[in-house]
Amino acid sequence: MIRARVMISGDPVSMSLGADEIKLAIEAELAFYGLEDEVQVGFVGQLGRLDVLPAVVVYPEGTLYGPLRLEDVPHLVEEHLYKGRIAESLLAPPNVLSGVIARLPAREGLLRGQERVVLRRAGIIEPTDIEEYIAYDGYFALGKALSEMSPAEVLQTIKDSKLQGRGGAGFPTGLKWSFVAGQQADKKYIVCNADESEPGTFKDRLILEGDPHAVLEGMALAGYAVGADEGWIYVRGEYALAKERLLTAIQQAEAMGLLGDNIMDSGFSFHIHLHSGAGAYVCGEETALLESLEGKRGIPRVRPPYPTVVGFRGQPTVINNVETLANVAPIILRSAAWFKSLGTERSPGTKVYTMLGDVNITGLIEVPMGITLREVIAAYGGGMRDDVPFKCAQTGGSAGSIIAPELLDVPMDYATMREHGASLGSGALLICNVNKCIVDIAYVVMRFFETESCGKCTPCRIGTLRMSELLNRLRHGQASLEDVSMLEEMAQAVAKTSFCGLGQGAPVSILTALRSFREEFEAHAQGSCPTGVCPMKTEPPEVIVRRGYL
Amino acid sequence: MKSLAELQKIKERALQRKRLGGQNARARIIVGMGTCGIAAGARDTMTAILKELEQRHIEDVIVTQTGCIGLCEYEPIVQVQVGSEELVTYGKIDTARVPELITKHIQGGEPVAEWIVK
Repeated sequence: MIRARVMISGDPVSMSLGADEIKLAIEAELAFYGLEDEVQVGFVGQLGRLDVLPAVVVYPEGTLYGPLRLEDVPHLVEEHLYKGRIAESLLAPPNVLSGVIARLPAREGLLRGQERVVLRRAGIIEPTDIEEYIAYDGYFALGKALSEMSPAEVLQTIKDSKLQGRGGAGFPTGLKWSFVAGQQADKKYIVCNADESEPGTFKDRLILEGDPHAVLEGMALAGYAVGADEGWIYVRGEYALAKERLLTAIQQAEAMGLLGDNIMDSGFSFHIHLHSGAGAYVCGEETALLESLEGKRGIPRVRPPYPTVVGFRGQPTVINNVETLANVAPIILRSAAWFKSLGTERSPGTKVYTMLGDVNITGLIEVPMGITLREVIAAYGGGMRDDVPFKCAQTGGSAGSIIAPELLDVPMDYATMREHGASLGSGALLICNVNKCIVDIAYVVMRFFETESCGKCTPCRIGTLRMSELLNRLRHGQASLEDVSMLEEMAQAVAKTSFCGLGQGAPVSILTALRSFREEFEAHAQGSCPTGVCPMKTEPPEVIVRRGYL
Repeated sequence: MKSLAELQKIKERALQRKRLGGQNARARIIVGMGTCGIAAGARDTMTAILKELEQRHIEDVIVTQTGCIGLCEYEPIVQVQVGSEELVTYGKIDTARVPELITKHIQGGEPVAEWIVK
């Protein structure tokens, strides 16, 4: 009989830090004490605490140990698993919320474990074992839909739930599905956008690594609702482990008859394929993604027609983000009303964020929509690091807004953030303290867009380069006050005239930063960097032409 | 996969294997595994408990360990808590006493009075 489970963080960071060897060492120690039959050892996905990797959780106590070195293993096994005492010296530093025993921040605190939706299983189940997914109600939503619900009912449930796309734009998922469901076509497709490339955003990777079947089940349900029998997952090229886990999951689901032909004798068939990206940021834009998926160069298409009408291979296509799809099965299994009981009225449900920057605890959290940034920092981030005051946060990666302290108490949901001229974005929270320079941040962000612009349209191709040059001049104290106004004008022009979301999102950080921190930009133009970060009064930067086609 | 019923069967099987979440446990058995406990044979007691539970297909009990609770002369010490009832502490539970303990307290719900440490 198994009495304890040792779960080792199996994310790529932990792997590179030797999680493999730690697993082998734990197994060897268990064998030494003759405990191998009563203690199970396995990998899980990301555990939610990035500061303590490689980490190990021992159940049933739920004790979190880390960062663990190979030489710590004998002590851990002897103390906790042989003698049954908590190995105090190896405990992860306690989260402020949970007292003596360190626990996963996403599991404790404001949103209790059982109220999590997307990350309910991540960190608890073995992601490479389909039966563990089934043990936690996996594929029951699909079973329920196929045996008890019509496609129209599934669609209506998702509409009623008011689920919004979790990729950043917050478009109502049910509405998007109904556009495709209403099309007459021989072939329709479900595409999962897992090309998560926003700097600082890695929630989708952790969902795919920790609970891959949840996404597969969501895709199958979407297929049933809109009448598609084929799904494609476009995974960011760098996500090696996520791809491996997805492939395993697809194979297992097909072997069990939960994907493939005639699922559960219902007559409904659904096949899922995996496609790897090759590292272009623009391919996260849905039409560029479709181009890439069709084997062409990843550049955006003209919209309209939207992909819901003319999508993958010219057919009506639903394109949903990983997190969106992971929300689908819980809604079908429980109810739209239950989903609406979470979050805010206009944006129900939960949101997964990756939190990074100047806070004490960085990591992955799932919180109800409508929580304020102040709460997130205090409760999950463990406060600001070294108690240095908060200056700003960037939500949603490089294309996200700069959130000034005035917005710390604004409920974070799609609609409310929009009303305050900010966007919630894809789910990264980059927290900066007052020692960071806003011009420096804006420059780093713009460098990213300058490099990633696909070159199709002029405002984005040239605009990002010129803005990046201007910001660099500002950093060096080589720009005037007029240049600051020009920067603003340029940012507005690029935002308004760019062809796709990449160019439209590129100036967002500058525009939102100028709104709250204009004085700091102007101080640079007048020759001083208030935080002392920028290399002021040094040689003017060289103008480097990076592309042949300029 | 043909039906929901079949899926349910897999779920139950998988849950049996996993059932360590703690939330669904009906009872807890805690074995004292300090140095004193181990010296007195707590390791064998633990093995015997796990074996008995497995043989009787008792799935809703979690078995954990604890350190020395300061009653070394009564080791091996086993504590049993059924539901939200009070924690009962037994002393000198060697392997021979395990089957009876499980029959009476875990399955029958009645503590074995004469073994309780007072």
